[in-house]
Amino acid sequence: MSGANRITGKGRLTPARTVRFTFDGKSYTALQGDTVASALLAHGVHLLGRSFKYHRPRGILSAGPEEPNALLDISRDSARRQPNVRASVQEVFDGMKAESQNRWPSLSFDIGGINNLMSPFFGAGFYYKTFMWPKKAWHSIYEPFIRRAAGLGVAPTEADPDHYAGRYAHCDVLVVGAGVSGLSAALAAAETGAEVMLVDEQPEAGGALHFDAGVTIDGQPGYDWAQATVARLQAMDNVKVLTRTTAFGYYNHNFVALVERVTDHLASPDRHTARERMWQVRAKRVIVAAGAIERHMVFANNDRPGIMLASAARTFINHFGVAVGSKIGVYTAHDSAYEAAFDLRRAGVSIAAIVDTRDNPGTGVLAEARSLGIDVLTGHSVTDTSGKLRVSAMHVTRNGGGAVRKIPVDALIVSSGWTPSVHLFSQSRGKLRFDAATQRFLPDTYAQNMVCVGACNGTDDLQAAIDEAVSAGVSMAREAGIDGSASTTPRGEARFAWTGGMLGAGEGAGADTTVKAFIDFQHDVCAKDIRLAVREGMHSIEHIKRFTTNGMASDQGKLSNMHGLAIAAEALDRPIPQVGLTTFRQPYTPVTFGALISHSRGDLFDPARKTPMHAWEEAHGAEFEDVGNWKRAWYYPRAGETMHEAVNRECRTVRTVAGVFDASTLGKIEVVGPDAAAFLNLMYTNAWDTLKPGRCRYGIMTREDGFVYDDGVVGRLAEDRFHVTTTTGGAPRVLQHMEDYLQTEFPHLNVWLTSTTEQWAVIAVQGPKAREILAPLVEGIDMSPESMPHMSVAEGKICGVPTRLFRMSFTGDMGFEVNVPADYGQAIWEAIWARAEPMGACVYGTETMHVLRAEKGYIIVGQDTDGTVTPEDAGVGWAVSKKKTDFVGIRGLKRPDLVKEGRKQLVGITTKDPHVVLEEGAQVVADPNQPKPMTMLGHVTSSYWSENCGRSIAFALIAGGRAKMGQTLYVPMPDRTIPVEVTDLVFFDKEGGRING
Amino acid sequence: MADQTQALRREPLANAHGGSGGVRLTPAKPASRISLRARADAVGALSSALGLDLPIRPSASAISNGRMALWLGPDEWLVIDENGADLMAAAASAGAMHSATDVSHRNTAIIVSGPGAATAINSGCPQDLSLKACPVGKCSRTIFGKAEIVLLRMSEDTFRVECWRSFSPFVFGLLAEGAEDAAQ
Amino acid sequence: MLLIHCPYCGEDRSELEFRGAGDAHIARPTNMADISDAEFEAFFFLRQNPKGIIYERWRHIHGCGRFFNAVRDTVSDRFIKTYKAGEPKPDINAAPATDAKVETYEALEGDAR
Repeated sequence: MSGANRITGKGRLTPARTVRFTFDGKSYTALQGDTVASALLAHGVHLLGRSFKYHRPRGILSAGPEEPNALLDISRDSARRQPNVRASVQEVFDGMKAESQNRWPSLSFDIGGINNLMSPFFGAGFYYKTFMWPKKAWHSIYEPFIRRAAGLGVAPTEADPDHYAGRYAHCDVLVVGAGVSGLSAALAAAETGAEVMLVDEQPEAGGALHFDAGVTIDGQPGYDWAQATVARLQAMDNVKVLTRTTAFGYYNHNFVALVERVTDHLASPDRHTARERMWQVRAKRVIVAAGAIERHMVFANNDRPGIMLASAARTFINHFGVAVGSKIGVYTAHDSAYEAAFDLRRAGVSIAAIVDTRDNPGTGVLAEARSLGIDVLTGHSVTDTSGKLRVSAMHVTRNGGGAVRKIPVDALIVSSGWTPSVHLFSQSRGKLRFDAATQRFLPDTYAQNMVCVGACNGTDDLQAAIDEAVSAGVSMAREAGIDGSASTTPRGEARFAWTGGMLGAGEGAGADTTVKAFIDFQHDVCAKDIRLAVREGMHSIEHIKRFTTNGMASDQGKLSNMHGLAIAAEALDRPIPQVGLTTFRQPYTPVTFGALISHSRGDLFDPARKTPMHAWEEAHGAEFEDVGNWKRAWYYPRAGETMHEAVNRECRTVRTVAGVFDASTLGKIEVVGPDAAAFLNLMYTNAWDTLKPGRCRYGIMTREDGFVYDDGVVGRLAEDRFHVTTTTGGAPRVLQHMEDYLQTEFPHLNVWLTSTTEQWAVIAVQGPKAREILAPLVEGIDMSPESMPHMSVAEGKICGVPTRLFRMSFTGDMGFEVNVPADYGQAIWEAIWARAEPMGACVYGTETMHVLRAEKGYIIVGQDTDGTVTPEDAGVGWAVSKKKTDFVGIRGLKRPDLVKEGRKQLVGITTKDPHVVLEEGAQVVADPNQPKPMTMLGHVTSSYWSENCGRSIAFALIAGGRAKMGQTLYVPMPDRTIPVEVTDLVFFDKEGGRING
Repeated sequence: MADQTQALRREPLANAHGGSGGVRLTPAKPASRISLRARADAVGALSSALGLDLPIRPSASAISNGRMALWLGPDEWLVIDENGADLMAAAASAGAMHSATDVSHRNTAIIVSGPGAATAINSGCPQDLSLKACPVGKCSRTIFGKAEIVLLRMSEDTFRVECWRSFSPFVFGLLAEGAEDAAQ
Repeated sequence: MLLIHCPYCGEDRSELEFRGAGDAHIARPTNMADISDAEFEAFFFLRQNPKGIIYERWRHIHGCGRFFNAVRDTVSDRFIKTYKAGEPKPDINAAPATDAKVETYEALEGDAR
């Protein structure tokens, strides 16, 4: 029922526990624990997809994460759908839908297959050379077409309804891989008392023991030992075991990123459970026991469905109880494939022949093959295959030539040996060395506090790998500061010691440029493509990789890299180490965006900072704008009002009655200590020692290079206490800038800085009736103009709450800023509004604030300045003390470039037609008829419609601007040229009487 | 006609609730707080004035009668009084050079408790919160997702998480997600 | 992600708590207003950007708030030492990471010996 190819009595799954799933709409029964690959193979389904470029029929190549071919679209429902899932990794769950990809109209008849016939034209570099002209056709024609024809799955269009979790974790020893070596290492480390994390990408521990039935450990079958060992580990308090968890990235200082697939194997996951969990682990020591990956053989048409790695076939029979064929051929250069043949033979499967390209296979396996009656052809090669949607025969020839025998098979299992998985070692920036004897790269020089053990370290002998792992477990724990000892000494026995292995093209890969002997299945790179790249002048493996795209697919060349390298080395006639190895980068296997983002989505993507009055503003119809992370009330439209109308009304009302404005986001820094004034003298261009307690001053801060960094009003509350305000966006960097100087340049000063931005809610009340609104609410402060003139500050109470009351104005009208402890902000705001509203005042937002300040010529740092503007350029040169002997920027301001004539200066500009509002950022020129490129004099920095002036107003930074007063300049726009006149910065109440109320 | 009635106080997390089977999230009561800065020679006088020994060991805290002093830096303490005492006045009475700034309303706090508390906090905090690395009483300023927090371990499974008020919905939200995941 | 030892907290903490702050041991001239253009250029603009050992400043901004100094190998990102601001520049006898003058992609990335 769970498939005709399921062999009774084989495998470790429970026959009674069945699940249903569909593949391309057809329903299948699988067993709990099956992967999609094993479940489909059980039903004799080998054809799973079409290749990327040639659309060739493809099947299952592996039983693990290295799979390049069998990529499917897996879904629970229309939103929970993921393309490009490896069938060899995805566990089947009840109700799962699997779909093949990159085929149309159907998998067995794919019209894109015509690419295969056209393939003589599609060699490496074809796209680079062909789709060059006309230039603009690339975006409009070629790329969309190629993308449709060549590709993988289709991304889902619906939002991902799943959620993802993230967690930081720490441990003494992180062990990656739970095969023989990883388990031995973890057990030893755990016995010392170290905090151990053991992670493995598979659903259960065991690694190669899933397939290697020839191994016995401590008298138990290897796989059983693995399960018993992991159970022991799980029972220990100091051990955390994570399965279905891939260590995909090794970063600086033993920072290892893991992704745990929590629910992808479950039929009905709990909705509170994250689909995947991202672990960011900082380990004192790391033991990598990543094992090795088997390579395929490179020969003509080695990609037909039914051709797979020998270890994969062995996994399917020994773990899943599935025979991948009924008459199986073996083509190998390594002893391990023999054991696959033995296991299949013992399960009752017919082995057509073992074709061994070597003359001398291992004697043990050869004798065993003979005793099982398996035909072994040494010194032979498979030079080609037959079959359309599945392999039907292997073509066998004696090495060096001779007659071709076509041996009928329905599956062909292959092995050219094993590549140590040095990915994580390489990511850790360790240096590899090439071991010529075994033709493989092995860890050599470590860059971090880690060690590789077992197969990934080239330790082939089972007992040697166990001993190496146990020793690493103890020594890594000791290095992590744990002094305990370990008593574990697993004894392992393998039936055969393996020999052999080859890299590169076999006899059947042909020198012929039409032979398709695949090395990279996913990107359809053949041996001939590597040779072509070398012929065309690519000599570095980095260039060959990019020219051919070998190893650049989602499997990142786990099977193909070494073959590609060997073929390139042969073509270049250079030894492999001289051709080089491409660098392995994170991630080891593809990681979902969901896992990478984990909690950072929706409301948690970024903090949305709201002021204490936000709820009131929202309830009163405010539109908000983002300023940094802050949500600021932008304007308050009444029913039927456009933004323009609302802002005009607010501007008018503030000037005629009054307006109430939320200024809480303004940065605030409390500067306290006996040297507070001395410190501010150094940080600002102004002088502060002359400021009396109870008074305020506008300050300009420059960087050491003399350019404006920030500005704000500073109030002196006491001899040793200043209330400094900064721009909303500038608050954190100004504090950092001040701390930097205080701690490292002026540490002798007795002064301290504290951010108080969020301590105070700030309610600005501006306009002719501001005092009348506030005075009855305020206690203990004389608000009369005599005792509280413009630019003063006093402490008292408002509505029974402590306040710092500032008399200041960013509108040019009489104004106050009420600072109250933030939790009281909304209550005080409501009390003020209760008085203001009946008088005809309004609440206003940041847009009106911008317009009103522009009417008065007040600059906004960061809008009217851009990091290349001096105080003098910005028209606030008066704020630069001439008497001080030092302040940050004093020397920078004297630099030749900063004092020369003709610098850009901030000036006002008015359009000749008062109803035209300029675009901010528009360029300004002297002569609109000059040839292009025109000489730009500068640009518009601020531009608004001013209801109070009855015309548009603007600021611009213009070269030599202040010498151009009254001149006509031009603002060229795409559709017209706008004539403007240069003016001073003040457009409203030029005499400035209103501010004194 | 000054309005003499005390205005209504609105806590930033007044209506927040969250947590899971293994983690409880509780907004802390309003408290008075100062950011206290002083050089080593003033520590004795300030300790007497505040009625608890300002810790001088990194990441140490002192707690006495609802008043806490958290070492944040070599010359910086966060002093919290859960009974709302006037800490500014207390510090001023020390007669030694220092800087005290009222931050009672700048910060708010969340009490994270339960067997999954550390795991919930580790959803956004990169510090090692095992008891070995983070014993009871340890405190530090650190990062939680995209917000800065001050973390104090009050007991084996109870933490106080202080953050700036406008970051508190973010911190609470991420803690709630962390709490949910910690329960799995 | 780096793990950085804060000399004030006495602990290793995640890079997330820190912010880099440029080269260390560049003292601001005490006679700032009087220095020449060339001296200002050297003080403010010119940096070495070495391949190998660098003396640099970090701030434990989301921790104790202190600025401190570090000696780091820019090739391996290994911290050789971190020390408090104001402490003397340590004498590090580490060999330069490489003598290679030309940084080709191959030399940096294709090096498998």
